[in-house]
Amino acid sequence: MILSELSTRLVNTRPSFVFNVLNGYTRRRNNVRCLHFTYYTDKKSFADGQTEKMNMYQAINNGLRLVLTKDPTAVIFGEDVAFGGVFRCTVGLQKEFGKERVFNTPLCEQGIAGFGIGLATFGVTAIAEIQFADYIFPAFDQLVNEAAKVRYRSGGEFDCGKLTVRAPCGAVGHGGLYHSQSPEAYFAHTPGLKVVMPRGPSQAKGLLLSCIEEPDPCIIFEPKILYRTAIDEVPTAHYTIEIGKADVVREGDAVTLVGWGTQVHVLLEVADLVQEKLGVSCEVIDLVSILPWDAELVCKSAKKTGRVVIAHEAPLTNGFGAEIASTIQVNIFLHLEAPIQRVTGWDSPFPHVFEPFYLPDKWRCFAAVKNVLNY
Amino acid sequence: MINKVLPGLVRRIFFQNILQAKPQWDHINTKIGINTITTTGIVTDETEPQFLGIEVKFTDKLQFFDKESYNALPIFRILNSSKQEQSPEKHELSEQTLTKMYYKMLTLTVMDKILYESQRQGRISFYMTNTGEEALQIGSAAALTLEDIIYAQYREAGVLLWRGYSITDFMNQCYGNHKDTSKGRQMPVHYGSRKLNFVTISSPLTTQLPQAVGTAYALKQSKTRSCVACYFGEGAASEGDAHAAFNFAATLECPIIFICRNNGYAISTPSLEQFKGDGIAARGPAYGIRTIRVDGNDILAMYSATKAARRYCVEKGKPVLIEAMTYRMGHHSTSDDSSAYRSINEITRWKCNLPIARFRSYLESMNFWCEKREQQSNDAIKESVLRAFTDAEKELKPCWKELFTDIYHTMPVHIEKQLHSMANHVAEFQEEYPTHAFKSD
Repeated sequence: MILSELSTRLVNTRPSFVFNVLNGYTRRRNNVRCLHFTYYTDKKSFADGQTEKMNMYQAINNGLRLVLTKDPTAVIFGEDVAFGGVFRCTVGLQKEFGKERVFNTPLCEQGIAGFGIGLATFGVTAIAEIQFADYIFPAFDQLVNEAAKVRYRSGGEFDCGKLTVRAPCGAVGHGGLYHSQSPEAYFAHTPGLKVVMPRGPSQAKGLLLSCIEEPDPCIIFEPKILYRTAIDEVPTAHYTIEIGKADVVREGDAVTLVGWGTQVHVLLEVADLVQEKLGVSCEVIDLVSILPWDAELVCKSAKKTGRVVIAHEAPLTNGFGAEIASTIQVNIFLHLEAPIQRVTGWDSPFPHVFEPFYLPDKWRCFAAVKNVLNY
Repeated sequence: MINKVLPGLVRRIFFQNILQAKPQWDHINTKIGINTITTTGIVTDETEPQFLGIEVKFTDKLQFFDKESYNALPIFRILNSSKQEQSPEKHELSEQTLTKMYYKMLTLTVMDKILYESQRQGRISFYMTNTGEEALQIGSAAALTLEDIIYAQYREAGVLLWRGYSITDFMNQCYGNHKDTSKGRQMPVHYGSRKLNFVTISSPLTTQLPQAVGTAYALKQSKTRSCVACYFGEGAASEGDAHAAFNFAATLECPIIFICRNNGYAISTPSLEQFKGDGIAARGPAYGIRTIRVDGNDILAMYSATKAARRYCVEKGKPVLIEAMTYRMGHHSTSDDSSAYRSINEITRWKCNLPIARFRSYLESMNFWCEKREQQSNDAIKESVLRAFTDAEKELKPCWKELFTDIYHTMPVHIEKQLHSMANHVAEFQEEYPTHAFKSD
């Protein structure tokens, strides 16, 4: 019943979404939640051949179907995945591939992660779902102490590289403390794991397929607000996206904006605002991969622009922005024209009614850009 | 939010309850048995309960269930601990296998003694003995095949020994020299062997349990007629991962034998402070797992129980739980002095019931073993352990650069940079690092 409530809310956001696009500014109506961003359809061509209009959950579903078809060992499991998943990502898969390959587990995240490691250790392509990234913490021990270290501690004799963990993350408008978190920085501190976050359907599919094929354990955090709101022309074929590489989604020369997931769209809008109001161009970088991350590309852009704003939904202190800022500072110190800015969630738990004041929205990002330009 | 629907539902019903100000008991009935309300709103009286997932009858007797209404599980045993031997049940074991089992127990004992002493002399950094638990290790291992996959905690060296891990392998791991397959990265006694299907041990307790269940699921899917055996202590069974594993194994029907070594202590914590129920075994049926409690100091009982468990696992594709009752004779580890929390009397009492002695007197009563053979074996084992020990001590450690490999399948750029930076540093400050003890490239 709460699922339907969530869907209704997302559907309700549509009119305001269209409204946003048409008018170019946000006006909040009392009874309708507005998205804090405008989705920019992915223009990048990730693969040749036929494409189909899909939202993000459909693109993920399409990717999972390709894997199950291609790889006879692949299994998908987690809480409520059998009937299609609470976000519809696994719809139709059990019917098509059988109960042995797509199945529900008991409600226990540490069990799901441990079970997945065990499958992967013996050559099964294990695709685990944690229902919300907020609930990944019971599995923290299994992911950090076990999955990340299996290959290292056994001298390469064993590994669980065939494990992929999918977890919906990020703000959704009304998720409160436990349906909104972005825990990527916790995992970015763990050698042995790979962590990625897509910005839309086409990228989500390619990244998911990469994670599954990558011979290292991967976590893919899927921004849940994009499941239905983001729609792309998604290539129907099988394709992958190299993990560890960032994307320049818009070129510019005055300021480098770095973000990932939903925040990329906020930054794209900020770039438009800056162009319009301040008359300069921003370079927008989607980091894509949190661990390992593309320091080379980010530093190259920062060297060119001399100004950097990093934005993420997660709290400021020890957020992944800190790692990026310190790396840029070490590498291109002499080229910096202004201190690196971080626009992030506040150092508070993710609040319910205060969400509009919590998020690093386009106006907070715009203000930061203005500051670095005036420095 | 979907994940936490239940609390929400309960809360909503609770508020409804207050608003309607109905008697509480009445309300709970309507809440749970929604389908018992007819369209006219009259509750029909059903004789058979309709609750999902539970098949039971109603009772009009108000009765709580506790230890008094429950019979503790008995301990299965074949060999009597007294000197007078009973003739054991049929166990299909040949004289050759029986003596091999004894020989391996003896080897484990001797190896433990030497490695324990060597830690006391500071020659290796850490050690954990298996004293008192040799029978449960060798007995269960002998009932498994090499295709069966082992997940262990850390006090199961006997299982590896039985499967063919050589004394040299043990020594190399404890020294972390360049012949150690895990490249000296883990503490001593964290053994592992791909060849012997023995998954590398890790320190975090119980993490191996849900993993073992995953592997068992993989085995079942691949249609190989083998199973997983997963060892853990009674202390480890208190971790959340144990609950996860039992429940997953039962609901997903995985061919796995959980073998719990209930040796009375988790470091200093006696099992009385670990659980209040009927040990670990009582939990098995609660998860829907076939369960047996065995005398872990009786190698034949361990063998027979594991053998039967394995057959059931492989044929039915379902889990089994074995709780092996034993006593930890040695200290928890070389970092522990157990006299700080248990009496000498208690240890002495158990000395009369050592599994190795019990098995030996059985073998002697069958004329399979004698004092002379004992002496010869003891000497031979001692010699080979000491030889392997001194050899392992002489070997160089792996190249220090191995610190940076195997973190990922291939080395990412940022780790490569760190490797180069360390290499430059070591070159500059060579005298400050023990490079002579490590292989060069």
